[in-house]
Amino acid sequence: MAIADTDRLPPATSDKAKTKTKPQKPRSNIRLYDHIVLAIGVFIMMGPLVVAFLTSTHDYVTIHREGMQITWGGNFLETYKNVLYQKGGFTGEVTGLLMTQNSLILGIGFAVGKIVVSMLAAYAIVYFRFPFATLSFWIIFTTLLLPLEVRILPSYEVVQQLGMLNSYSGLIIPLIASATGTFFFRQFFKSIPNEMIEAARIDGAGPVQFFWDILVPLSKTMIAAIFIIMFVVGWNQYLWPTLMTTEEGYFTLVRGIRNIMQQMIGADIPEYNEALAMAVLAMLPPALVIMIFQRMFIKGLVEQEK
Amino acid sequence: MTTLRIKDVFKRYPNGAEAVKGVSVDVEDGELVVFVGPSGCGKSTMLRMVAGLESVTEGEIELAGRVVNDLEPAERNIAMVFQNYALYPHMSVRKNLAYGLKNRGTPQAEIDRKVDEAAKLLQIGEFLDRKPSQLSGGQRQRVAMGRAIVRDPAIFLFDEPLSNLDAKLRNQMRLEIKKLQRSLGTAAIYVTHDQVEAMTLADRIVVLNNGLIEQVGKPHEVYSQPASTFVASFIGAPPMNLLDATLSDGRIEIGGQSFAVQQTQKAGPIKLGLRPERLQVASGGEGFRVEVGVLEDLGATRLIHARLGDQDLTIAQDSELPEPSSEALITFRHDDAHFFDASSGRRI
Ligand SMILES: Nc1ncnc2c1ncn2[C@@H]1O[C@H](COP(=O)(O)OP(=O)(O)OP(=O)(O)O)[C@@H](O)[C@H]1O
Ligand SMILES: [Mg+2]
Repeated sequence: MAIADTDRLPPATSDKAKTKTKPQKPRSNIRLYDHIVLAIGVFIMMGPLVVAFLTSTHDYVTIHREGMQITWGGNFLETYKNVLYQKGGFTGEVTGLLMTQNSLILGIGFAVGKIVVSMLAAYAIVYFRFPFATLSFWIIFTTLLLPLEVRILPSYEVVQQLGMLNSYSGLIIPLIASATGTFFFRQFFKSIPNEMIEAARIDGAGPVQFFWDILVPLSKTMIAAIFIIMFVVGWNQYLWPTLMTTEEGYFTLVRGIRNIMQQMIGADIPEYNEALAMAVLAMLPPALVIMIFQRMFIKGLVEQEK
Repeated sequence: MTTLRIKDVFKRYPNGAEAVKGVSVDVEDGELVVFVGPSGCGKSTMLRMVAGLESVTEGEIELAGRVVNDLEPAERNIAMVFQNYALYPHMSVRKNLAYGLKNRGTPQAEIDRKVDEAAKLLQIGEFLDRKPSQLSGGQRQRVAMGRAIVRDPAIFLFDEPLSNLDAKLRNQMRLEIKKLQRSLGTAAIYVTHDQVEAMTLADRIVVLNNGLIEQVGKPHEVYSQPASTFVASFIGAPPMNLLDATLSDGRIEIGGQSFAVQQTQKAGPIKLGLRPERLQVASGGEGFRVEVGVLEDLGATRLIHARLGDQDLTIAQDSELPEPSSEALITFRHDDAHFFDASSGRRI
């Protein structure tokens, strides 16, 4: 309790208090400890990334001989240009850029699809008195117990029979039903006061209008938060794209990394530098999305504009 | 002319709760009718049926000459002001006011004119571009009223619109609502459980209890001629004293004391109703002796909590107080005594 309270003191008062009275002293220590703990956390989490990045700027021979590097290698431009533009892969058709594009399509399609589907599902569950609405919700909810890995064979079977292998729709559509998203939107919609819906009814808003004019704008921060989470999840998909797509034109960055490492099986020295560069590239967009939308994200999770 | 006619309306909720059990009231043009009653008596249910937010189980609701039972709220030409205002938080005040008109397909120029007119009337012009979250409770209340006014409804429906405001603002807004309703000349139903609000606002009061009407009348009628012990104890603060008494030969007996009254029709056990503010502590004359208990000084009046035999009695007094734990002689005028049937509680 006391710690939390002192942390919230505005700096001016706490500084003044510090110089004047004795008991303030441990408090400045607490702030120091905070920073030490944070610094350790940052070091543990960012360290490997920095090493990966630095190593990716060396040439692969050095890496093969001397292992990971913690100095600047000077091959930065060359390696990254290679990764982005050099045609590679079995067919010699895919570039890093194409894989980035595929990853983006998967990430965005996945996130947007999940939001649309779960919002509509939650809308139906909360606002329409259809029979067994609660039951349907709990059935949707129990699908959380059946993640993709569990149902991967039947899912594959279905997609294959629909002829959706090696297509973006095959990559995205089977994954967009979301129990988590439905749950979040359901809870959010339930917290919107009934009177607001009634006011809208009196104002002559039909179901579609109510959804567009009232629910969607009210859910803005919620949508942003779910978008971020789902984008990252979609971007990082590995198992599903591996099964769904055999044509290299559909490969995502995450798979690209593996492909480069696969050369190890052959006689060549694997191009560690390029694999690492690709890993760094693969990490960038999700990191950017989170950094840019961070404020909205937190707002969406903790506060509701009502 | 009658704006609203409620005929034998009955409401049973899907879970079997019977909220309204046969209510008939008319609201005349330009009249402000207050529905008052304790929590759960069915006031809101009544109002929501008029609004079209609840279906009518039985009976008929006729608004401006047409039966509206099966019409959607938006088609009924009503406007409702909710207790928590129910403003759209993501829309500016202007958009809040305009939303209903826009949905009706009103031309933009007319929307602007109406919004500006309402804003002027309610003095919210300077807030038009703010979000509701940037307004105080009183200002939000005004916006909610504005949203009702721009619709030009046949009737306003208020469901405890002031109960989220502090006491001072409540009094002020109460007065404003009344003035506004007067000047617009639009009929209104106002639901409240606050009897002071009911007394001050109403052209006519409808006292509801347990889904039934106890009494309909002008505020002073309801106050001076309560139709039942329920109304007697609900309207007026502090509530009317209701004493178990026995009537015989023009004399009434309470707790071993008896005195003459002008009520001769009925003999036997009755309830005697006496308003605290109509009782006097006297030095002599005909009355009854009470034992003085706790005293409360409210500033303008003082309350004496006394005991008459084994029954409690409250006396409101603005003059000198008797000593605590003393005896006092209480008198009242004959026409200030109300008589109610002991079993049914109806006025005799
Ligand atoms: N949606 C509902 N389903 C079932 N019963 C309901 C519903 N709404 C209200 N009731 C019941 O109907 C009765 C009347 O409710 P209503 O809301 O009209 O009371 P009220 O007079 O407005 O009370 P308050 O002063 O507390 O607002 C109550 O007993 C309540 O429990
Ligand atoms: Mg109510």
